[in-house]
Amino acid sequence: MSAMVAEEILAAEEFVPPGVGSFIYPPIFGEVTKPIVMVVLSAVIIAGYFVVTSRRLAVVPGRSQFVAESFYGIARNTMARDQIGGTEFLRYVPLILGLFSFVLVNNLFGIIPLFQFPTMSRIGFPVALALFVYVFYHYAGFRKHGFVGYFKHALFPPGAPAFVYVIIAPIEFLQKFIVQPVALAIRVFAAMFAGHLILVLFAVAAEFLLLQGGLLAVAAPLSFIVAIAFTFLEALVMVIQAYIFALLAAVFIGAAVSEEH
Amino acid sequence: MHSLILAAEEPLPVLPVTSEIIVGAVAFALLLGVLWKFAVPRFEAMYTQRTDAIEGGLTRAREAQEAADQLKKQYEDQMADLRAQAARIRDDARAEGQQIKAELRAQAEEEAARIRLRGEEQLAAQRDQVSRQLRGEISGLSVQLAERIIGNALSDDARRSDTIDTFLSELDGLEPRRDAAPAGGPS
Repeated sequence: MSAMVAEEILAAEEFVPPGVGSFIYPPIFGEVTKPIVMVVLSAVIIAGYFVVTSRRLAVVPGRSQFVAESFYGIARNTMARDQIGGTEFLRYVPLILGLFSFVLVNNLFGIIPLFQFPTMSRIGFPVALALFVYVFYHYAGFRKHGFVGYFKHALFPPGAPAFVYVIIAPIEFLQKFIVQPVALAIRVFAAMFAGHLILVLFAVAAEFLLLQGGLLAVAAPLSFIVAIAFTFLEALVMVIQAYIFALLAAVFIGAAVSEEH
Repeated sequence: MHSLILAAEEPLPVLPVTSEIIVGAVAFALLLGVLWKFAVPRFEAMYTQRTDAIEGGLTRAREAQEAADQLKKQYEDQMADLRAQAARIRDDARAEGQQIKAELRAQAEEEAARIRLRGEEQLAAQRDQVSRQLRGEISGLSVQLAERIIGNALSDDARRSDTIDTFLSELDGLEPRRDAAPAGGPS
């Protein structure tokens, strides 16, 4: 779609770099757009994958089980167990596993042919996930420390002189109840947004140069190669962002349920 | 919010679209539900099973090892017992054998002593009998000899020695023992 849009723009023979328009899709029906379909599809894919792979789990894993288990192990052991710890980490494994796989698949949509759009570059989706994390980690804190106990735990870290709390408590509040979840959503959104923009930019530029003909056409392959190189870089960034998102969720929960600071 | 493609009216990308939040939340909630209900319990069950299999295997191996060690110790104890017992039996047998041998020897010696004693007694009795007999015969012969000597004229040496010779030759014919004759004879 965006390519078509770009083509139309290019008809004016003036290079217009891709902008926010690259992230806006016309509705297929009602308010349903391509990113919405992709998000639903990703949930179906992940749910299907884990339901199928977990159907016959053997003590000695086969090849497909090994892959599923490795992924599960990252979410369970590296994130949930190491960050939350104790025996209660098991309660949060579905959330961490879900966040990691959901963000990862939606990010990777950005470099998969036909999809070619990272859904997390539409901020509505990271916000939805951040809301989940927000509810979960504060719920975990209240559950563990009680209503007043959790506020005391979250806003008054021990070891500081009494008058310092006048400054610390508001900062902690701002940090834990506003900044952390907002930053969580924006981090993955911004990374996906910028990455996709760069990819589109070089792809569109290659096309423009090629269509212009003459000497400019010589530079087209260069632009194309850069686009491919950025695709590999993007693949790395997509995985890392998904990892960070899930890991931070685990860190927040871990901090909320920790015994002491 | 409407998403129009017109560049002039592009909405800010940092402003979330409500429908996307709702769809994202619902999709993720459903995914979470599936993971929570199916995937995670199955994986956890498998982990438990695996831990059990590994630790159970180790425990079983350790138990088998302990049982084997115990059995071995038992056998060794038994072997030592048996060996000691065998040695004791051998010692006993040897001692008994020696005792029996000593008893037999004592018995044999006793028997031998008895036999010897009886032989000696028999010999003594025979000798007494012989000497008694001889004494009687010699006394008779002595009387005969004396009569003969007195009957003849004992004038010359030649005659006397002749007489003695005759006597002796008679004695020879009578009895092989010579030592008995001079004992009773005159000198």
